[in-house]
Amino acid sequence: MSRRVVITGIGVRAPGGPGTKAFWEMLTAGRTATRRISLFDPANHRSQVAGECDFVPAFEGISPRHRRRLDRAAQFAVVCAREAVADSGLDLDLLDPGRVGVSVGSAVGAATSLEQEYLVLSDSGRHWVMSEDHLSPHMFDYLVPAAMAREVAWEVGAEGPVTMVSTGCTSGIDSVGYAVELVREGAVTTMIAGGSDTPVTPIVVACFDAIKATTPRNDEPERASRPFDASRNGFVLAEGAAMFVLEEYEHARRRGAQVYAEISGYATRCNAYHMTGLRKDGAEMAEAIDAALDEARLDGADVGYVNAHGSGTKQNDRHETAAFKRSLGRHAYRVPVSSIKSMVGHSLGAIGSIEIAASALALTHGVVPPTANLHVPDPECDLDYVPLEARDLYLDAVLTVGSGFGGFQSAMVLRRTDLAAR
Amino acid sequence: MSAPTVARGAAASYTRPHPVVVGMGAITPSGLDVERHWQAVLNGRTSVGSVSGFDASACSVRLAGQVRGFEPERHLPDRLLAQTDRVTRLALATAAAALDQARLDGSGLSDLDLGVVLSNGQGGSEFTHREFRKLWSQGPKLVSVYESFAWFYAANTGQISIRHGMRGPCGVLVAEQAGGLDALGQGRRSIRRGARLIVGGGFDSAFDPWGFIAQNSHGRVSRESDPRLAYRPFDRDAGGHLPGEGGAVLVMEDAGSARDRDVPPLGEIAGHAATFDPPPGSDRPPALRRAIKLALADAGVTTVDVVFADAAGLPGPDRVEADALAAVFGPRRVPVTAPKAGFGRLGAGGGPVDAVTALLAMRDSVIPPTPHTADVPDGYGIDLVTGAPRETRIGTALVLARGHGGFNSALVLRGPRPTN
Repeated sequence: MSRRVVITGIGVRAPGGPGTKAFWEMLTAGRTATRRISLFDPANHRSQVAGECDFVPAFEGISPRHRRRLDRAAQFAVVCAREAVADSGLDLDLLDPGRVGVSVGSAVGAATSLEQEYLVLSDSGRHWVMSEDHLSPHMFDYLVPAAMAREVAWEVGAEGPVTMVSTGCTSGIDSVGYAVELVREGAVTTMIAGGSDTPVTPIVVACFDAIKATTPRNDEPERASRPFDASRNGFVLAEGAAMFVLEEYEHARRRGAQVYAEISGYATRCNAYHMTGLRKDGAEMAEAIDAALDEARLDGADVGYVNAHGSGTKQNDRHETAAFKRSLGRHAYRVPVSSIKSMVGHSLGAIGSIEIAASALALTHGVVPPTANLHVPDPECDLDYVPLEARDLYLDAVLTVGSGFGGFQSAMVLRRTDLAAR
Repeated sequence: MSAPTVARGAAASYTRPHPVVVGMGAITPSGLDVERHWQAVLNGRTSVGSVSGFDASACSVRLAGQVRGFEPERHLPDRLLAQTDRVTRLALATAAAALDQARLDGSGLSDLDLGVVLSNGQGGSEFTHREFRKLWSQGPKLVSVYESFAWFYAANTGQISIRHGMRGPCGVLVAEQAGGLDALGQGRRSIRRGARLIVGGGFDSAFDPWGFIAQNSHGRVSRESDPRLAYRPFDRDAGGHLPGEGGAVLVMEDAGSARDRDVPPLGEIAGHAATFDPPPGSDRPPALRRAIKLALADAGVTTVDVVFADAAGLPGPDRVEADALAAVFGPRRVPVTAPKAGFGRLGAGGGPVDAVTALLAMRDSVIPPTPHTADVPDGYGIDLVTGAPRETRIGTALVLARGHGGFNSALVLRGPRPTN
């Protein structure tokens, strides 16, 4: 008998308000949480807007000792993991630690701390040769950010497979996909999986400035992220995290767990085309969607809602629209498609997990979150992108996708289950 | 031997794809290709030495395993040189050699059935260091247009997939030293899920002033200045390890696909498992032993002919590893070796390099020695191969890797089986 995997707990830190409830209320209200960057002075940068979290470690239960050791992204991951476990009702003390694993997606890992430590070591960039005198004892954890998976493992007492997945902007889907594979093959019964990235730091902002991938719409921060709109001109960088408790179906059923959704299909493909460019036809994303639907034993027409990557770059939104048409055929014109990046921005390796959370909540509540800031659609983006207002809709299956640098294209299918729903 | 069957989804069961190794590549401080690496390792050569290539005068660590004589311009076009860190250049050159051996060109395999799964722990360190410096000394406008994708951990996977037109499932894992073996395990999983051929492995390189200080900052690195005394795993006087750079890939292919193409298997990935240690101070036992047992069970074996040890080079972790091996196999029952004592710990590259070395040991029926280690405490209960290589038939090998913080990964390799 093949094993199935269900989501039984969710923890989210996204721009706009802490916790899953605040996140979902914001999405369904169509409110945006992008703003002028406050984490540093962005005056010298091309793009000066971002989705930031008002994250106060002391209020989040991060001890001073943890705060010194953990990079911001690791703190986000630990807080979300805690929240997901509490949400799931799972008593970790009753589990065999060897049957619990951790998978955390992140594109740029401990970028925030790396940059801070660089400044200390180089005396604000003045020295190439560096002295060990001012070295942080935690520097290695910032260089090799698998430390954030370690911190989550310690938090939940996991002694099964533990890893960080770092496939750039699809990390947040791929880390969950990796976890699903481990549960299916029987290596574990429970995975604490998700994604975390806190890239709102000068070096990362400068990276995207350099290739004009982020928006220069600095005068309207809250309206800067405009997926599928004719006036879109780049994505809005953001930070955030989402973590899940994933359980084998029988494991969840036996303990009477309430379930958000089953993860019934996952696939990833590479475009083998360009590190940052996308082929117009969306062929590889379509391949990933087809493979994920196959695994879920669904037809394209069964998909009730598509949670798009919708980054708001010119090329992405067209690429993705082409992929949906390729995979879903005529159904692509009927199914609602929306991008929550219009509200919370693009948190690189975290957003895939945040979008899985949004997809699971959409399924649970029967509400499709809108695409904010979409007033005049790009004529080449001619699908139903649910502009501005959320829509009530009974959903049986949701498709969520991601696309990123390096050519990664990933797709995941979530389904309603026959277990007690949330 | 009949392949086991496994059910997937609600569909009828199908014959489980069975991944074999059809190509190998390695660039290590011991050699710029697989055979040169193998010769150096077999001879027990000391390939660690004084740090060079950048100003390391402010570092207390004096020695390392560096890849010397690598000429990226001989391997890569200018376009790729401009946009890649050293680690990605090493990865691209290694993958090209391995795919050549696997005879990928003209194979007729669909590009959607080809994938890349690599581990990297330290990113594009040298490239990024340069860009950080530009940002903070000259401002954001001078940051390279390539920085966004030369830095991140996915650079190697993405670049190899593009260069060789591999459009199937691709992945990137980060688990410090353990990540490279996890990537091989994930590659095998991808083949079981339907891919035909996967490039798996790992690479690390952080030999610029910032990267070097950072990678040595966990305090487990030897500050010794004699290359023959600095990294002596399992020795009574073990005092830390030496860092290194490089890595390896194994090209894995479904056995049926390789047979159809008439490409001879070099061995197979027979089993894999990963575990994680309890937090420091816990009264629960370390999880390495469990990783070994799970990997052996996955391979369907109870013992192996040789172990390529993680070889931390510090008394505490060396003891944990020796105890695990003695407990699983019985004291001194299986020969153990750690060729990395000669070239250093290569981060994400270390495990895959050991896997390549193990397959060569099977091919030539000889176990390479652990250089430098002279005096193994009896209490460790391991038969460490030291001094000279040991000739013996090898059908199976266990490769171990542990990542800083508690990551354990165990991989079981089996020699090529006669085709039926």
